[in-house]
Amino acid sequence: MKDHIDTNADRKAWMGLLAKAPEGQVATLLDASCKRPDHTWLRPPEIGSVMVRGRAGGTGAPFNLGEMTVTRCALRLSCGTVGHGYIQGRRKADAEVAALVDAMMQTPQADRVRTHVLTPLADARDAARATRAAKAAATKVDFFTMVRGDD
Amino acid sequence: MYVAVKGGERAIENAHAWLAEERRGDVNVPELSVAQIREQMALAVSRVMAEGSLFDPDLAALAIKQARGDLIEAIFLIRAYRTTLPRFGTSAPIATDSMACDRRISATFKDVPGGQVLGPTFDYTHRLLDFKLAADGDVAEAPQRETDQADVPHVTDFLNREGLIEEAPHDDTAPRDLTREPLEMPADRPLRLQALARADEGFTLSLAYSTQRGYARNHAFVGELRIGTVDVEMDIPELGFAIDIGEITITECESVNQFTGSKTEPPQFTRGYGLVFGQTERKAISMALVDRAMRWEELGEDNLGAPVQDTEFVLYHSDNIKATGFLEHIKLPHYVDFQSELELVRQLRREAGAADMQEAAE
Repeated sequence: MKDHIDTNADRKAWMGLLAKAPEGQVATLLDASCKRPDHTWLRPPEIGSVMVRGRAGGTGAPFNLGEMTVTRCALRLSCGTVGHGYIQGRRKADAEVAALVDAMMQTPQADRVRTHVLTPLADARDAARATRAAKAAATKVDFFTMVRGDD
Repeated sequence: MYVAVKGGERAIENAHAWLAEERRGDVNVPELSVAQIREQMALAVSRVMAEGSLFDPDLAALAIKQARGDLIEAIFLIRAYRTTLPRFGTSAPIATDSMACDRRISATFKDVPGGQVLGPTFDYTHRLLDFKLAADGDVAEAPQRETDQADVPHVTDFLNREGLIEEAPHDDTAPRDLTREPLEMPADRPLRLQALARADEGFTLSLAYSTQRGYARNHAFVGELRIGTVDVEMDIPELGFAIDIGEITITECESVNQFTGSKTEPPQFTRGYGLVFGQTERKAISMALVDRAMRWEELGEDNLGAPVQDTEFVLYHSDNIKATGFLEHIKLPHYVDFQSELELVRQLRREAGAADMQEAAE
């Protein structure tokens, strides 16, 4: 049972990473590292929306904030492995490559895909976040009256 | 009365052709790309996403280009496009306490943990035109400072240690959705918040301002204002677990209001809430003030007859697409309507004239 949960956590992490990747980036990384495997569509890429919810006061009753665009698809590799793509925006080509990566991560190619696609993707995301956070931190106010660790 | 009439096709086609040409403007001036609008008109893009009620910066930028910068027209285009999309599902409520904040300020607590982070704000600029922007656009990269990147908890969490602030207790009631069912009164708070999140910024601002000037006065402070990105998570039935399906930029405002107590509630600080797509702080603050004012009934306050306390009035007039649709339709052909009005006025005149003549004769 525990293994099952851990598998999901890992897959959840890579699918989230793929969903938020900048346009074309996953394709560039994948194509640079290997040839794309053949696949058949279970669900060809389709564009739709997801209603995003918030909570009143941040913690209270949920309410519908507005929608966002999402592209999704599902495919099967010739070995039978199924991959799902659920990504932000209207990007059918990116949804396809996300589903391919999702499928390949469940095959013996997983290590290779992780090294050449997921890790660089996560590094780029972390670097972009860190830069933004550092720019925000530079606009943090230091009040003159603030006590700053005397001695 | 509406009657189908033929005619005007060529005039309409030619009008559209000229519109396309005028949209492009002087061809000696480089054409704007959608990416340029998305990157450099980001706050217009934010407004179109918020009031179009669809988070997609590229689409919003395209709509702004197509609408020649008329934001309500752009919002109209987004709303129309939105209706063509199949809905895949509903996200889990976003966790704004784990927002990666670009900006986070509190007007009420100077030394909040996490600090006062100004972010890329117009505040403290002198509002003088910067003619350097008319020349070239090279800008230096913004300074950076070390950060621990920890989650920034909400300000009210700290204030509430004394129990002086009204709580927003956790609740999982599925909210009504005004895009799926008609907006019917009475509207509970979740429905009001949905309507306000997509409401016209100008209308919301004016209503919020009216509360500050004394119409249903509820002296508000910005307890917290934050702008940044949050992950959006959704359950995927075919997977059997939830994944992040994207990341959105949002603005959140919590107002803190003086409240001397009522028949049902003790004296405490009450709260108003604003949450809006994009970097939209004027709208988010306005939303929080209007949300708070509309809670008068639940908090046992008096109805002072202020416009903002009239939920039906506010919600039925806050949507700029409904408003502009009804307003602008009166410029479209009403020939038959008008013809019958004309007949009526003529007849009334004839009758009045006849009566006058009769009076004169008597």
